[in-house]
Amino acid sequence: MTTALIEVRDLCVEFGPRSRPIQAVSGVDLTIEPGEIVGIAGESGSGKTTLCAALIRALPRTARVSGDVTFENRSIFAMSPSELRKLRGREISMILQNPMTSLDPLFTIGNQLAEVLSTRGGTAASAMLAREIELLRSVHLTAPEARLRQYPHELSGGMRQRILIAMASATAPKLLLADEPTTALDATIQEEILVLFREIRDLYGTAIAIITHDLGVIRRICDRVIVMYAGRIVEEGPVETVFTAPQHPYTRALLASIPVLDEDRVILQAIPGQVPNLADLGNFCPFAQRCPMVVNRCRVESPSERLIGERHRVFCWRAGEAA
Amino acid sequence: MSVDIDGKPQAMIERLRGLSLGPVGDFPLVAAICCALLVTAALVGHWLTPYAKDAVDLSASLAPPFWQPGGSTKHLLGTDQLGRDIFSRLIAGARISLATAAAATMISGVFGVSVGLVAGYVGGFVEAVVMRIVDAFLSLPFILLALALVATLGSGFGNIIMVMVIANWARYARLVRSEVISIKQRDYVTLARIAGVRPLRIMVRHVLPNALNSVVVLAILDVGRAIILESSLSFLGVGIQPPDVSWGLMLADGRTFLGFAWWLTTLPGITIVIAVLSFNALGRWLRIQLDPRGQL
Amino acid sequence: MTGAAPVQATSDALVDLRHVRKEFGPRRILGFGGKGTVIAVEDVSFSIQPGSTFGLVGESGSGKSTIARLLLKLERPTAGEVMVEGRDIFRHTAQEQNAYRRTVQMVLQDPYGALSPRMRVRDIVGEPLSAQGVARERIAEEMPRLLDIVGLAKDAGDRYPHQFSGGQRQRIAIARALSVNPRFLVLDEPVSALDVSIRAQILILLRTMQERMGLTYLFIGHDLAIVKYVSAFVGVMYFGRMVEIGPSDALLRRPLHPYTRRLVAVASMSQPLGHHRLTGELPNPLDPPSGCHFRMRCPYATQTCVAQVPMLRDAGRQHRVACHYFEDIESGKKAETGPILMSA
Repeated sequence: MTTALIEVRDLCVEFGPRSRPIQAVSGVDLTIEPGEIVGIAGESGSGKTTLCAALIRALPRTARVSGDVTFENRSIFAMSPSELRKLRGREISMILQNPMTSLDPLFTIGNQLAEVLSTRGGTAASAMLAREIELLRSVHLTAPEARLRQYPHELSGGMRQRILIAMASATAPKLLLADEPTTALDATIQEEILVLFREIRDLYGTAIAIITHDLGVIRRICDRVIVMYAGRIVEEGPVETVFTAPQHPYTRALLASIPVLDEDRVILQAIPGQVPNLADLGNFCPFAQRCPMVVNRCRVESPSERLIGERHRVFCWRAGEAA
Repeated sequence: MSVDIDGKPQAMIERLRGLSLGPVGDFPLVAAICCALLVTAALVGHWLTPYAKDAVDLSASLAPPFWQPGGSTKHLLGTDQLGRDIFSRLIAGARISLATAAAATMISGVFGVSVGLVAGYVGGFVEAVVMRIVDAFLSLPFILLALALVATLGSGFGNIIMVMVIANWARYARLVRSEVISIKQRDYVTLARIAGVRPLRIMVRHVLPNALNSVVVLAILDVGRAIILESSLSFLGVGIQPPDVSWGLMLADGRTFLGFAWWLTTLPGITIVIAVLSFNALGRWLRIQLDPRGQL
Repeated sequence: MTGAAPVQATSDALVDLRHVRKEFGPRRILGFGGKGTVIAVEDVSFSIQPGSTFGLVGESGSGKSTIARLLLKLERPTAGEVMVEGRDIFRHTAQEQNAYRRTVQMVLQDPYGALSPRMRVRDIVGEPLSAQGVARERIAEEMPRLLDIVGLAKDAGDRYPHQFSGGQRQRIAIARALSVNPRFLVLDEPVSALDVSIRAQILILLRTMQERMGLTYLFIGHDLAIVKYVSAFVGVMYFGRMVEIGPSDALLRRPLHPYTRRLVAVASMSQPLGHHRLTGELPNPLDPPSGCHFRMRCPYATQTCVAQVPMLRDAGRQHRVACHYFEDIESGKKAETGPILMSA
C-alpha cells in the first residue's frame, strides 16, 4: 500500500509487428504524490504522450501493454469499463494540446459546461447556472454571464484554454493531466494559464502532471521533473536540482542547447544526430549514439537506476561523474 | 501531441517514423473478388461465353436456372423467351455496362477535374462564374435530361456516354475546387509562388497531384453510380439498344415474364446490385487508406 | 551575430521599410475603409544592414507575418514603401521583378507543409532555379553543394519528404531557399515547430551560413531567447505597431516599453510565477482601442494613453520606445495604477 496517487511499475507499451515492435515506452517506474505538480519533459518520440495515455488507459487497441498503473492502489488496467468511466473526468481529468479543437464549435460555452457538470459533477439543474458562472470566475474569465452564451470561435485561444481548465477542474479531481497545455498560446497568456494551474492545486489539492517539451514551463511551475528519452526515463528529480545540476548527459546537452534569456550564452551546443528509431531499441542506452560521455558499457547494457541525492535518480552508467 | 479520451493518439501515428499504424479499414476481400470477376468478364468474357449473346434457340426458351426443376447445366442460369442464354448475356452485358460506366466516369473526371482545378486556383470572378455553371448542372434532373437529349440526338453508345458525362462532371468540378482552395493555402504552394514558378506549372505539379486522392475515390464510387445510370436509361428504352445487351435492357425485357420466369429480371438485377456494392466497398476502403496518409 | 555594435544608418541598408501600412478588409469605396477593415500593420519603419540579422518579435496578431509576406511581395502595402537594395519593390520593372526572386527567399515555420509531398527532394530544392530558367544539368551540378551546406547526405536528393524528420525537412527548405543565391532570407519562425534539441542545430546552421555567405536575415519569432541569440537588432511589435526597437542585447537587458517588460519578465526566471500578471485579452482587431493599443492591459495607462497614439521616441543609443511614460516607468517615478479596461 502506498500513499502515492499514481504508481507506475515497469510499464512497457509496444506497437506494430511483434517481430520488430515499436517500443513507445520501456520499463518506466514512477509515482505521483497527491498535490504535487510534476513535469514530464521530452521531445517527440520520447514516449511522454504514450505514458500519459497509459495513465488513464486511453491507448489504442493495437497497443500491447505490460506492467501496471495503479491509482490510489487500484489497478487501472484491471478496472471494468464502468469503473474507468467513473474515474475519468471525475477523479482524473485531462486537458489536451489544442484549445482550438477541444471544444465543439456547434454548442455554446454554457451548453458544454452544463454537459460536463451534469454527467460528471452531479449538479442539480437549478444550481447549474450559478455553478457555471462560478466556474468561469474561478478561471478568471471576464464577463462570465456573457461567455456562457458565446460560441468557441468567438473566443481567443487563451480564453478557450481557461474554459477547458474550468471543465477539467469542475469536479475537483485528484489528478489533472495536461498535454502541452501552453504550446499553442502566446507567452503572456501562457503565464496566466500556469498561474491557474497553481491555483487549482492550492484550492483542491489536485496533483498536476504537465507533459511538455517546453523546459521553461516546467521550470516555472513544476515541483519535480521527469525527463524522458526514447521511451525511457533518463533522469528525475526536484526541478531546481535537475535544472542547475543535471546528471544525465541528455539533460545536460538539452539544457546547453537552449538559449536562455538571462544568460549571455554566445555559443549554443547542438546535440548531433537525432532521436533513434523506436523500433531499433534494445538492451543498451538509447542515448549512446549521441552521447559525449559514452563508453562501451553503454552500448551493451541498459543503464540501471542510480540514486543521487534527495529523490534525484538517473539512468546512466556514468552518473555522478563530472561532465 | 494530443490523445483523445477514447484512446487514439493522433499525431503520434505520424511521429512513429513513417510507419503507418492504427486501425486500417478491413480490406473488403469479397468486394475485391467480385470487382475482379466483373472486370475480367468485361474484358475477356466475350471469348469465354458458352453461347453468343444473341444466339436464339427457341426450343430452349424460358429454361430455368440449373438448380431449379426443369433446368439443366446446358444453360446455367436459364434462358430468356428467345432461348438466349442468360449467363452469356450477363457477361456480354458486363462488357457494355462496365465499359459505358468506365468511359463516362473517365471523361467526366478529366473534364470536371480540369474545370475545378482552374476555377479553384484562379479564384475571383472566374471561379464565381464557373461555380454557378457547376451549380446549374448539378441541379439538372438527370432522367428528364437524358430523355430530352436522346429524343433530340438519338440513342447510341456515344450519345449515352455524353448524356452521362453531362450529368456527372459537375461533381468532380465541385470536389476538386474545394480541395484546391485548401491546398492553395499550404506552405509549399506559397513557396512555389515565391520562387517564381508559373501558375500553370504550380497547378499541375503541386496542386493537382495532391487533390487527386479524393478524385480517385470519387471515381471508383462513381462507377457504381454510372452502372445504375446506364441501367436506368436502358431500362427506359433510351439507353443501350438491341442487338447490344446491357443489364438494364435485360431488366426491361424480363418484366413481362416476371410472374413465371423470375430469372429473366432477377438475375440481372442481382448482378447490378453486386456490381454496385462491390465498387462502393472498394471505394470506401480506398478512402480510408488514402485519408490519414494523404495529409503528409 | 551579436558581435560588433550594430549601426542602423538607413542609407546603406539592404532592407528599409518606411511607414508601411497594410489593411485587410472589404474594398474601400471613395477612400473610406469599409466596416470590417483590419489594420494588420500600422506605420511600421525599420531597416536591416547587409550581413546582419533583424529579429522581429511579437505574439499572434502583432503583424509580424504580414511584414514577411509584404517583403516577399505576397501582399501589397496599403501605404508606405518597402525598399530593398535601394529600390521600392512595389515599383519594380518586369526585369527587376524577376531579379528580385533571386534576391529574397523565405523559410517558413512548418517543415511538414513546406515541401510538396509528391516531389523528390532534388526537384524541390531545384525548383526555384528551374523557375528561373536554369538548365537541368546546371541544377544537377549545384545539388551536391546545396545539400552539403545544409548538412544533408548526397543521396537525400533521390528521396521523398516523408522519409525525413522535421529538422531534416527544415534543412531541405533552407537548401531550396539558398539555391538561387539570395542576399536576403526571411525566416518566419523557422525553429518553432522543431524539437528542442534540433533547434540548436538549425540555429547554428543559419549562423554559419550567414558568416560564410554574408546573408542578411529577417528572423521572426516569439521566443525572446532565440531571437536574442540570432539577432543584432530587435523590433517588438504589438497589434500592428512597432512598440520598441533597438540593439538586441541592450533592449532585452533593459526593456522600456511595458509590453516588452512583461515579455522579458515572463521569459526570464528572475521573478516567481504570478508576479507579472497581465490582465485582459488581446484587443479585437475589428474594433481596436483608441490611442495606445496596449493600454487595455497596461498597468501604467492614463487618459493620455487613451487619447494619443504614442510614437517611437529616442531612448539613447539607437534604442527607441513608443510609450508616453517610459522614462518615468524606468526610473520608478510612475506607479502602477491599473489598466483602463473599457475603451473610451
